[in-house]
Amino acid sequence: MSRLGECVSRSILAGFYVGLMLFLAASGRGLAAEPYKIGAVFSITGGASFLGEPEKKTAEMIRDEINKQGGINGHPIELIMLDDETDPTKANLAVKKLVKEVPVIIGPSTSGTSLAVVGVAEEANVPLISCAASHKIVTPIESRKWIFKVAGSDSHVVGKMFEHMKKQGIQKIGIMTVSDGFGASGREELLRLAPENGITVVADERYGPQDTDLSAQLTKIRTSQPQAIVNWSTGPTQILAVKNWRDLGMDSIPLYQSHGFGNRKNIQLAGKGAEGVRLPLARVNIGPLLADDHPQKKVIMEYTKAYEAQFKEPVSSFGGHAWDSMHLAMAALKAVGPDAAKIRDFLENTKGFVGQHGTFNFSAQDHNGLSKEDLEMVVVKDGDWALAK
Amino acid sequence: MDSFSLGSALLQYTVSGLTIGVIYALVAIGYNIIYNVTEIINFAQGEFVMLGGLFAVFFAQSLHLPIFLAFVAAIGLTGLTGFAMERLVIRRARSSTVLSLIIITIAVSILLKGTAMFWWGKNPYSLPPFSSGRPFIVLGAAIQRQAVWIFAVSAIVVVCLTLFFRRSAYGKAMLASADNPSAARMVGIPVRQMVLLSFTLSAAIGAAAGVSITPISLMEYDRGALLGLKGFGAAVLGGLGQFFGALVAGIVLGLAESFCAGYLSSGYKDAVALVILLLALFFKPEGLFGSREAAKLKRF
Repeated sequence: MSRLGECVSRSILAGFYVGLMLFLAASGRGLAAEPYKIGAVFSITGGASFLGEPEKKTAEMIRDEINKQGGINGHPIELIMLDDETDPTKANLAVKKLVKEVPVIIGPSTSGTSLAVVGVAEEANVPLISCAASHKIVTPIESRKWIFKVAGSDSHVVGKMFEHMKKQGIQKIGIMTVSDGFGASGREELLRLAPENGITVVADERYGPQDTDLSAQLTKIRTSQPQAIVNWSTGPTQILAVKNWRDLGMDSIPLYQSHGFGNRKNIQLAGKGAEGVRLPLARVNIGPLLADDHPQKKVIMEYTKAYEAQFKEPVSSFGGHAWDSMHLAMAALKAVGPDAAKIRDFLENTKGFVGQHGTFNFSAQDHNGLSKEDLEMVVVKDGDWALAK
Repeated sequence: MDSFSLGSALLQYTVSGLTIGVIYALVAIGYNIIYNVTEIINFAQGEFVMLGGLFAVFFAQSLHLPIFLAFVAAIGLTGLTGFAMERLVIRRARSSTVLSLIIITIAVSILLKGTAMFWWGKNPYSLPPFSSGRPFIVLGAAIQRQAVWIFAVSAIVVVCLTLFFRRSAYGKAMLASADNPSAARMVGIPVRQMVLLSFTLSAAIGAAAGVSITPISLMEYDRGALLGLKGFGAAVLGGLGQFFGALVAGIVLGLAESFCAGYLSSGYKDAVALVILLLALFFKPEGLFGSREAAKLKRF
C-alpha cells in the first residue's frame, strides 16, 4: 500500500476509536454509576487450587447475581481477581498491584500467602479480608489494623476437636501435620492447647505436601499407642492419611482430621475408607443437616442451591469463605461507599453478620469474629457427613 | 490397644521404603534408557509417570475399561506421547547441543503438566487397586495388596528390559548406538530410530510406575516433578546409565526416606533424597555402580 493510503486508513481507524470512546463514555454515564471495585487474590492454580477454584467461582457467581439485581446502590461491582498460583511472592505482588486500584481486597486463600501480604495491605491502609485460617493473620491486633479474616482460627477447630475428645474420654493423642503454613499453624495450636484440655501429645509427626506415602509416620505414631490420631493437612495427603490408616489396620484408633477435609470430594476420593473419620466442620458444608430454625440455615441453603445448580459440584468450606468475604465487602461498600478507611471501620464494628461460616461479631480486639461454637463436630457416615454425637 | 512391637514397626518401615523405592527405581530406569542412547537427561520423565496415572484414570473411570486393560492402554498412550515428543520436538532440534536438548525436555515437562492441568483439572484422582481386599498382615506389619503389584510390575519391567537389551537385535542395536553412534550408523543401525525407541520405551516405563502407584497415593497434574526429582536422584546415585544401579539406588533412597521418617524426624524426609544426591555428587560423582573412566568420557 502507498504511504498515503496507509495514512488515510490510520486516520480512519483513529477516528473510529475516538468515536467509540466518546460513545462508551456517554453511554456509561447514562446507564450506570461508576462501578465499585473489589480486589481478589486467590490461589486459582498451584498446590492450593482446590481452595482457589471454589472461591473464584463463588465470588464471580455473587458478582453476577448482584449486578443482575442492579448492583450496590446502583453501582455495579467490578471484581478484579488475580491468581497467586499458591506462591507467596506472587500473592505479595498481586496485593501490591491491587492496593493502588481498589478500596477493599478479599483473599488470599492460604495462610502462607496471606501472611506474605498482610504487611502490604497494612502499609497501604487498604482493608484486606483473608480467607485463610491461621490466627497469625489477625494477631497481634496492633499491627493488623487493616486485616480481617473470615475463616475460623485453628484454635477454634482444635478447641472443638479437644472438646469432643474429652467427651469420648480420649487423653493420649498422636498428631501428624503437613510441613506447610497450614500444617505448621495447626501443629502449633494442637501442642499449645493440649495441656489446658488435659490431653497429652504422645507422637508428633510431619510430612511434605507432595508425599506419596504416610505409612512410616502412622507406624511411628502407632508405636506410641495413642487413643486417637489427628491429621492436619489439606489436599491429597489427607486422603493418603485415611487410606494408609485403613490399610495398616489402624482403624481401631479413631482418626480426627482438620477442617481441611471439609469437602465431599475428599470422601469420594477416599472411598469407603473415610467412614468414621471425625472432623470439626463449618456449617456451610452441612446445610441440609441443620435445624430449620438455625439462624444460618437460610443463607447456607440459598448459597448451596445456587452454587450446586450452577457448577454441578458440592459446596465446600472454601467457597463459603469467598461468600463471607465478598458479602462483608459488599455490605461495607453499601453502607459507606468506596472509601478504604471507612470500610475498615465498618468491618471492625460489624456485629451479628450471619454468613456461611457462622455469625460474625467483629471488634477492635477480634478481627475474625468467629468462635468454636460456629463449628459442628461431624463424622463421615455412609459416604456423607453426619452430626457426631 | 493393638499389640504392635518395635519389630513390626521396623518391618513396616521397610515395606513402605521398598514400595516407594521401586517406584523411584522405575523412574530412574526411564532416565537411564534415554541417557544411554542420547546422553540427554529427560526432565519430562516425571511427567510420564503423572500421565500414566491420569490416562489410566481416564480409561478406567471415563471409559469403564477393566483395570488391566486401562493399565495397558495408559502405558500405550504414554508411550505414544514419548514417541511424539521425540518426533515433534527432539528430532527437530537434533543438531543442538546436549545441554540445549536437556533444556528442551524441561520445556516439554512444563507443557505436559499444563496440558494435564487443563484436561483433568487440579483435583487428585484415585484408581481402584488392581486386586481388592484387606492388606496382608505379616508379623504385625501391613502389606497393601497394591504394594505387591508394584513389586510385580517392577520385576516384570526389569526382567523384560534385561532380556530386551541382552537378547533382542533391537536392544543390542540400542546399546550400540549408545556406545558409538557413528560406528553404529556405519554398520547400518538406524540411530534415529533407536532414539525414537528410547523415548517411547522410557515413557512407557514411567507410565507403568504411574499406573501402579495411583491406587496407593492418588495422582494429580503436578505430582510428576517431585517423583521425577527423586528418580533423578536414584539415577545419579546408581550411576547414570546403569540399570542395576538404578534399581539398587532407588530402593536405597526409598528405605532411607522411610527410616528417616520413622526413626529421626518425618520433617526431614524429603531432604534425605537431596542430601544423598549431593553426597553422591561430591564423593562419588560416577555413582555407586558407574565406572570412573566411563564417566570421564561423558559430557554430562
